[in-house]
Amino acid sequence: MAKILTVDDSRSIRQMVSLTLRTAGYDVVEAADGVEALEYASRNSVDLAIIDVNMPRLDGIALTRKLRELANWRFTPILILTTESSQERKQEGRAAGATGWIVKPFDPDSLLATIRKVMR
Amino acid sequence: MTIDPRQFHQVFFEESFEGLEAMEQALLTATPGQVEAETINAIFRVAHTIKGGAATFGFERIAALAHRLETLLDQMRAGKRLLDEPAIELLLGGVDLIRAMIEGARQGIGIDDEAQVGYISRLEQAIKGEAISPTPLPSAVTARPEPAPKAPAPGWRIRFRPDPSILAHGNDVVLMFRELSGLGDFQVKADLSALPSLPELEVERCYLAWQAELRGAVERRAVEEVFEWVADESELEILPIQGRGLPQPAAPVTDEAVPSGAGEAVPAVAVPKAATLQEAVRRVAAEPGGSIRVSIEKVDALVDLVGELVITQSMLSRLKGAVVGELGERLVAGLNQLERHTRNLQDSVLGMRMLPIAFVFNRFPRMVRDLAAGLGKQVVLEVQGESTEIDKTVMEAIGDPLMHLVRNAIDHGLEQPQERRSAGKPAAGRLSLSARHRSGSIYVEVRDDGRGIDPAKILDAARAKGLLSGDAPVDAEAALNLLFHPGFSTAAEVSDISGRGVGLDVVNRNVRALGGSVGISSDLGRGTLFTLRLPLTLAILDGQLVQVGGSNYILPLEAIVETIRLEPARLSSLAHWLELYLLRDDYIPVIHLARLFQCREAACERPLVVIVGYEGHRVGLVVEQLLHQQQVVIKSLESNFWKVEGISAATILGDGTVGLILDISGLIQIAGRVLGETTGWRPHRTASSEARP
Repeated sequence: MAKILTVDDSRSIRQMVSLTLRTAGYDVVEAADGVEALEYASRNSVDLAIIDVNMPRLDGIALTRKLRELANWRFTPILILTTESSQERKQEGRAAGATGWIVKPFDPDSLLATIRKVMR
Repeated sequence: MTIDPRQFHQVFFEESFEGLEAMEQALLTATPGQVEAETINAIFRVAHTIKGGAATFGFERIAALAHRLETLLDQMRAGKRLLDEPAIELLLGGVDLIRAMIEGARQGIGIDDEAQVGYISRLEQAIKGEAISPTPLPSAVTARPEPAPKAPAPGWRIRFRPDPSILAHGNDVVLMFRELSGLGDFQVKADLSALPSLPELEVERCYLAWQAELRGAVERRAVEEVFEWVADESELEILPIQGRGLPQPAAPVTDEAVPSGAGEAVPAVAVPKAATLQEAVRRVAAEPGGSIRVSIEKVDALVDLVGELVITQSMLSRLKGAVVGELGERLVAGLNQLERHTRNLQDSVLGMRMLPIAFVFNRFPRMVRDLAAGLGKQVVLEVQGESTEIDKTVMEAIGDPLMHLVRNAIDHGLEQPQERRSAGKPAAGRLSLSARHRSGSIYVEVRDDGRGIDPAKILDAARAKGLLSGDAPVDAEAALNLLFHPGFSTAAEVSDISGRGVGLDVVNRNVRALGGSVGISSDLGRGTLFTLRLPLTLAILDGQLVQVGGSNYILPLEAIVETIRLEPARLSSLAHWLELYLLRDDYIPVIHLARLFQCREAACERPLVVIVGYEGHRVGLVVEQLLHQQQVVIKSLESNFWKVEGISAATILGDGTVGLILDISGLIQIAGRVLGETTGWRPHRTASSEARP
């Protein structure tokens, strides 16, 4: 089963993301912020990470940058979740090593359609 | 995919309230003009989180307001504005308004528009006050704009040369192509011209380019979306295929003149791309990923199959002695292993049907609260052993009986607060629900500390109803058991006897139908206890094989108290198949099973009497021989044959023959009936006759 890491400080968004993914048959690991996610990522590999941009302690952009430094995360698809539809944020994400982005708000169907773009 | 975002609303509301609380606290404790950056960041994140959630869950006005607050806070974060006293006041107003709007959303009511409009205009002024133009609302806040309908081309010619670093971002060209092939007929050719010589080749860089054709009524936007994340760093060209039309004769083509010179303008083809997309989604969804939601029928089919496997296994294990020598040893080893695996498999499969009893217990806190409030009583509910696992079928069947017992306890068992106080009890009544697993059964108890049941009143009512004749003394326990009598519950007088008779016969019948039993004990003035004994599972049974009339029957192992050799001198005959037997100092009824079932009585030198007990009643069963003990898979006799008195179910034995499972409580009832007719005896309980645990 493909494993997905979802990182978001908002409980409701995190729950919606993980329930949607679980219902679609994916294995989901949740993290409430960048530090938690990085801690997990340093010991585990996943098939995809979905990361919120705005988070306390370690934000999504910085997290993405740090993840790309990990040997087992070099080619892992990383999607950043952002409410900003501005070009600036997306570019920041790409520069940090993100594979792509998902613009909030999104509904479960569009989330699944998007992640299928990067899941084998 | 049917995920309803509404199910996350509650979490969103709670999380927003928590956030607003934190924001309010931070604002209230802040020193105006000297607020630390991290405090502003924290407040900003609250607004940001609420904005994201509100937009996702469809609360657009909340999202819009949160967005404006976020804009203002962003100015402070950037040092363009101070978090001074007026700003704090303004932000606190925002906290209040958002809180009211979320509360409104939770209750499904709108919020006073004027308050909102007034506040928002103040906020807008503040934002503009620093001569910084407000950032436009992202499309997030309003509905996502539908893409302008564009005439689909017969297809697209795509030229794609990604940046060599594309792989380092986790992008995968193969996946993009997979997506494109889901949109239409997709053909691709790789361009190897940029491929360096082997020594210069860096394996993590992408040197390839592609030329592709996507045929079908696909909107340009759909193609662009595939390349959305990489377009900025790639050379990408998406051009409509010209000239050659789509091989779709049925498609109506408009007669409108094609605007000359417009590269993308092609005849409109009204073929929805939805079909191919749907198909692609279905294909992806069908990929193995594994769900664990399985219908109970499938589990039951599995239970059945495993049952058959157990039978086959026990047939095979009879071969153990059949082969001698080394081959025989290997056979025995293999069969032992098979037996172990089969047993494990059976346990696992039966475990799939087990659920914690909390599923039933969980409905009671609310029900008890409502009932107690309605009656003006105070009730403290205690629940124990809610993690005890129980068969799903059993659980479904005990919901109503339990509900009934709980309702009765609150309605009739527990007293009004003042009545309790004057009886020297705490004003609040205690109701406890518990479940535990003991020796192959589940025990569920419903206990209250109410007024209890007066046996004398039950006896009076029973006599008045004609259920009891004469003035023969009846012990308290027997009197309480009268409450389960079907005739009793219909009597109008029962409500005076704390109403405990109402429907108790139904409770009793339902539990018995499961192969369980209901016990009652009561202490006048102190409370009442109902105990439900339930089978752990309905699918298997630990059985003792016995021989009767040359055939095999199965006795539930847990019912057997002891086995003695029949001494004919101790028998006194009552009926053809029923006799009384002097067991030590007590007479117990003895059933000649072969005679009862009218089968040929096999010549037997020394018959045995198996004493079985059920709910304190004892009866002896005359059998020819005790065979081995084994676990048997229960097959309903009723659904495969028809109901036979004295038989509860059937099974298939190791040699392939059918074995009938004896219905102990049924046999005791039959014996009691006949004994009652001939001697006035009725089954009675003695302390020593408890079934062996």
